[in-house]
Amino acid sequence: MQCQICNNNDATIHLTEITDGVRSEMHICEHCATEQGITVKSQIPINELLSSLLAVQPTDDELFGPSEKEVSCPHCGFTLEQFRKEAVLGCPYDYEVFEKSLPLLIEKAHNGKTVHCGKVPSKTPKDTKKQIELLDLRQQLEAAVQSEDYELAAKLRDKIKKCET
Amino acid sequence: MKLTDISSDINEWFDGSGPLADIVISSRIRLARNLAGHKFLSRCSTAEKSDILKKLRDVLMSLDLGDKIFYISVDKAPVLSKHFLVERHLISRHHAFGKGPRGVVIAQREFFTAMINEEDHLRIQVLKGGLQLSQCARQINHIDDMIEQKVDYAFSPRYGYLTACPTNLGTAIRVSVMLHLPALKMTGQIEKFLNATRDMGLAVRGLFGEGSEAAGDFYQISNQVTLGISESDIISQFENVIIPEIVEYENAARNQLLSKEGDVLDDKISRAMALLRNAHLISSQEALFLLSHLRLGLNMHEHMGASTPAIDTLCRLIQQGGDADKSQGLSIATINRLFMLTLPAHLQLNYGKPLDPTHRDALRAKIIRSALNQEK
Repeated sequence: MQCQICNNNDATIHLTEITDGVRSEMHICEHCATEQGITVKSQIPINELLSSLLAVQPTDDELFGPSEKEVSCPHCGFTLEQFRKEAVLGCPYDYEVFEKSLPLLIEKAHNGKTVHCGKVPSKTPKDTKKQIELLDLRQQLEAAVQSEDYELAAKLRDKIKKCET
Repeated sequence: MKLTDISSDINEWFDGSGPLADIVISSRIRLARNLAGHKFLSRCSTAEKSDILKKLRDVLMSLDLGDKIFYISVDKAPVLSKHFLVERHLISRHHAFGKGPRGVVIAQREFFTAMINEEDHLRIQVLKGGLQLSQCARQINHIDDMIEQKVDYAFSPRYGYLTACPTNLGTAIRVSVMLHLPALKMTGQIEKFLNATRDMGLAVRGLFGEGSEAAGDFYQISNQVTLGISESDIISQFENVIIPEIVEYENAARNQLLSKEGDVLDDKISRAMALLRNAHLISSQEALFLLSHLRLGLNMHEHMGASTPAIDTLCRLIQQGGDADKSQGLSIATINRLFMLTLPAHLQLNYGKPLDPTHRDALRAKIIRSALNQEK
């Protein structure tokens, strides 16, 4: 379908106007829409929205409260800088660690919603303290393996097993 | 269980049955879950990923799903098998070509798959033919409950199921419906439809999910918002409002083709038949594009009683075609089978070895000619 104004480009914007019960349709191209002063609602998929939000430098401070810019998660070592690059978080506790920065993003991605509504696990997960302990033990285990301290690694593995049961 | 056991036929959800199956190809629900006490995958060492994989694999293989289940180690699978699993909608591209220890658990009838270590520790999905979202929801909820008895999921009362990417947070549910919308395309209304769908905050993707084009007029519509709206509300919106409305538009476009643009419709169908019956080299894209027009013609005959010169010829052709069973219901299955079995990885897996593109195009053309010409 060609643009009704310039008769040249493909019409990608389709407007339906109802005035006094009379319906009129208009099919125009993006260029002519801009010239006519018609603003087009952006149709960016959320994942692109996320990365574009994260990629824009000047909004960083608004998006991530400056206070959390230097913070790294004590359980996984994750920083907001890494999130900006990878668009995925490091561990479940990042949602708490970056509690000032993430809600704005979450709100944008979920149509203004910020609180869960729906299924809740019937079995309550083990207490948070234990989960954090497990995360930290696994972090220590990794460090032990990396520094080839196998004795410590074995001890940590036993501790993890005990903590899991 | 080998992949070649399933590669020679279409899967259950693609056999052309199910509610509204002339337009709604399939319904799919996917849940993302992560284990509590573990980091998300981006921060996991290979050893921790292996740990998670083993733990979840053991849990999943012990489930009673009422079907045989098998496991494929995706990181060790040959490239051709990975492509096959993607074509079959059993795993995502991201999973096929990702990094690190990862795998997939598949029910033999292919209604259920569980990707382990994709973007989240676990992504389970249930797939059914036609519009069957409530049935998918019941089944996946039950499976999720069974898994939850054996592991602790990362969950917060405020944010729900915690996912690696905040865009999946909350219910962590992705509801996707695959639609065949050739008439909206032919009548030039597809852009309008796509824009309206995106305005509603829904994602529209092609046949193979993210990044794929709408080959063969197949479109996948899915929700994007997962937080602050319950699973049942999302599903009911899809099942009672969004999808019926799209189906109505496609049906209106089909009626418009019949009543006002009969020549356009017949031209598309006749050209598709002529090319598919005679071509000796045909690319996957072209095959999808042309088969789509045959599928439209057959469905219009079956569901709307449409009769035009091209549709009548097409129906006679399919009835006489290479298919052993000539019952009407199977005619759509014949086309669906051609859709799937002529995809590149299906072709090669069934042939027994990798083929270069020209040989694939020749083999694809031969399979299609033989199905549509009774030529053996």
